[in-house]
Amino acid sequence: MDRNNWKGWLYLLPAFIFLGVFMIYPLVDVFVYSFEEGYNSASQSFFGTGWYNYSYVLHDPYFLQALKNTLIMVAVTVPLSTGLALLIALGLSSIKALRNLYQTVYFLPYVTNTLAVGLVFMILFKKTAYSDGLINLLIALFGAGPIDFIDGPYAAKMFVMCFYIIWVVLPFKILILTSALAGVREDYYRAARVDGTSRARIFTRITLPMISPTVFYLVITGFIGAFKCYSDAVALFGTDLNAAGMNTIVGYVYDMLYGDSGGYPSYASAAAILLFAIVLTITCINLMVSKKHVHY
Amino acid sequence: MKVVLKNLTKKFPTGNRKRREEFVAVDHLNFEIPDGKLVGLLGPSGCGKSTTLNMICGLETPTEGQVFFGENDVTNLAAEHRGVGMVFQNYALYPHLTVLQNILFPLQNLKGDKKLSRQEMLSRAQEAAKLVQISELMDRKPAELSGGQQQRVAIARALVKMPHVLLLDEPLSNLDARLRLQTREEIRRIQRETGITTVFVTHDQEEAMSISDCIVVMKSGVAQQIGRPQDVYDQPRNLFVAKFLGTPPINVFEGEVKGGKLWIGQESVLETPGVAEGPVWVGIRPEGFLLDENGPLTCNLSAVEVMGRDKSVVSTHPASVNATIRSIIDSENQVDTGKKTVRFRLRPRKVFLFHKETEARVY
Amino acid sequence: MKKQQDFAALQRQTRARKRARNIVVYALLTLWGVVVLFPFYWMILTSVKSYGAYNSEYIPKFFTLSPTLQNYVDAFTTVSLGRYLLNTLIFTVATTGIMLVVITLAAYAFAKLRFKGKNLVFTLFLSLMMIPNELVVITNFVTVTNLDLRNTFLGLILPSVTSVFYIYLLKENFAQVPDTLYYAAKVDGTSDLKYLTKVMIPICRPTMVTIVILKVIECWNSYVWPRLITDNPAYYLVSNGIQEIRENGFGRENIPAMMAAVVVISLPLIVLFLIFRKKVMAGVSRGGTKG
Repeated sequence: MDRNNWKGWLYLLPAFIFLGVFMIYPLVDVFVYSFEEGYNSASQSFFGTGWYNYSYVLHDPYFLQALKNTLIMVAVTVPLSTGLALLIALGLSSIKALRNLYQTVYFLPYVTNTLAVGLVFMILFKKTAYSDGLINLLIALFGAGPIDFIDGPYAAKMFVMCFYIIWVVLPFKILILTSALAGVREDYYRAARVDGTSRARIFTRITLPMISPTVFYLVITGFIGAFKCYSDAVALFGTDLNAAGMNTIVGYVYDMLYGDSGGYPSYASAAAILLFAIVLTITCINLMVSKKHVHY
Repeated sequence: MKVVLKNLTKKFPTGNRKRREEFVAVDHLNFEIPDGKLVGLLGPSGCGKSTTLNMICGLETPTEGQVFFGENDVTNLAAEHRGVGMVFQNYALYPHLTVLQNILFPLQNLKGDKKLSRQEMLSRAQEAAKLVQISELMDRKPAELSGGQQQRVAIARALVKMPHVLLLDEPLSNLDARLRLQTREEIRRIQRETGITTVFVTHDQEEAMSISDCIVVMKSGVAQQIGRPQDVYDQPRNLFVAKFLGTPPINVFEGEVKGGKLWIGQESVLETPGVAEGPVWVGIRPEGFLLDENGPLTCNLSAVEVMGRDKSVVSTHPASVNATIRSIIDSENQVDTGKKTVRFRLRPRKVFLFHKETEARVY
Repeated sequence: MKKQQDFAALQRQTRARKRARNIVVYALLTLWGVVVLFPFYWMILTSVKSYGAYNSEYIPKFFTLSPTLQNYVDAFTTVSLGRYLLNTLIFTVATTGIMLVVITLAAYAFAKLRFKGKNLVFTLFLSLMMIPNELVVITNFVTVTNLDLRNTFLGLILPSVTSVFYIYLLKENFAQVPDTLYYAAKVDGTSDLKYLTKVMIPICRPTMVTIVILKVIECWNSYVWPRLITDNPAYYLVSNGIQEIRENGFGRENIPAMMAAVVVISLPLIVLFLIFRKKVMAGVSRGGTKG
């Protein structure tokens, strides 16, 4: 056993080196950065320490815009995508023919490049000088005027954004919910059928309680994921998200770090820590709620 | 309510897309369950007994044939409209609901003129709980109950809506041996008290024999014999039924009928007038052997097991199909274990002859 | 007791309701199927329309009678799509390969080797799972810049060759292999490393496959880190490439050529998925997240 002592550490060594350099050190460092005022990345010097970076970020209209955008995206996409995924998963588990085909099709967005397919969405929704775009064509059928979803009003942009996010996150949720539904023992449904239970009641009293742990898992991870939205926005609105007014918190962090407005790792760190605090708070609230309502 | 099965058949498609095949789970089953009786469907696993139960319940639709409840043809009626109560093999109690909520569940499904007030529901649930003696467990969750208690809750849930027919799928298979004895008496008592026509499925012949008014022995989807347990035991229609019922199981020998006598090996063991000559299977119940120093059947003695009330003599015989012959004799009889052989006389009523090919009983 | 006729009516009613429900379910499922598939259809369709034809359609057409492959030629010649694909391939293979070695060793140590402080270290390890990538990316960017590793494969690859989650996943699987096998191997004089490669890895292959699948998907789609670390198109991955193409590739309006590039970029993973459909879906439901 003693002979193995050094061996265990040896096997762990590569993982430790990588984690130390790229995870643990940065984790400490990001807090340090966030308190270093007036850090200059070229000279690597700073004036003093304090809360100034946080104050700057919280008063930055771009951050507030990003915060507002992110909150709207979270509030819209998490409930909608979870609900829609549940509906689709229920539909999937109630059919036999073509089930595999539907499942395969629904999963496709998961394996596609977010940026690449985002471009297709942009083209479908964009109104240009040459063409109103396909979606506007459909809207025109209902008598509404053409809207530019990509460079137009805020609500229209937010709509496309949320629609795309839902399109991207749905495969995972459908997959998880479908396997959760398949995990509910057939006997429960048979017993309920013999007792003449209506479908609505089977759903609310048996199915939903049985899969509630999975639903909460999806809600929690959904919140975390939605708060970190970024590449979906880039895919639709390009890299200059501030100009489009569609930036997200993560986008703000990266913009502060790098790019045309970059070079401020301190502001970026403060914003990242703020994001982490928000996500942590919401996750804790979620966990407390789920403790009350999950039956296992 | 009387339950009648007419030519009931269920085929399941098997094989793949290229080669469609069918598996016949239940094959033209005909029998009638008189009102208020307890019937056991008995057979080895895969014999179609559970499928039959599911068709009575309405969870499966028959490929052919009909199911009648009383005078009504319910063949294509969905389970919820049949008024049946079912207890599943692993009970299917909803784990997130308390015992009371589980029992109330079927009542809360009632609609229209059958709808009950909250008070009625509660009193019905209490009544059912009292019947199965779980009144003090009402606030527990199923996970906090023992197997036997879960079983009772499942029965209460099936009974609370006052079904016309109660169906039990392997009701005792998840219980340990001691609980099994206790619970089967319990089932018998509940059935007597409520008078509900009850069908249960089991692979355990002892269980079926001990509490049923009538048993149906099935094999490969075909009913082999239907009748009162004692009748079926005493008068098996074929070799399968004879072998399936009874512990210790029946001893089977190869024999031959010649000149009105049954021969096992070189010994003529029994007068069998009126039986066609030729080779036969001979089935002898363990209690069909009587110790007799001048008896015609000589076996090689292997061991004597003392069981208190009686003794079990283990021996071998070249003509025996089984590796050992097990006979039960009264404990007052003395067997000389020093001897190499033991000789028996046979009780004619405990000896059955079966046709060598068809395995149907000939004597 | 109800009469026979009531039963017949009930039967008819039940059957009719079931059929109606089926129609609704299939209609809704098909509707969502169309929503999912339409962007794919549109990207393929647009990619085979000629530049002139596309731009002359004020009202976009749902089909084309004169498909052309010219856009694909353009995609590979006008911009360095081939370069991006090759970069992504190198990045994906190298990252996944190195990661497998690192996490297998770590998982093995945690699952089977005995050493002092293992439990404490493992607990600390698990707590690292909660750290979001966004928090550490800032310093990593500075670190890689300071090491002069920007616009190199090393800079791209190194930060993503460990994953606490995958170590955890693999460790759980390793731990299920009975210890008696280990002792038997020890008695036979097998070394730890040999035992790991000859016994543990073959037994736990399904989990390794899962991890590889998830990592490949992650690599192929990664955007944020490559964007931070590369500004030289010679090191662009496909995600950055597509963004580059969009912003100043073909001239902003050559949509058909852009779509051709999008098809080329999307195809590898889709083909992989269709081949290993069951494995991918099982793998993702065991350990994947996205969004």
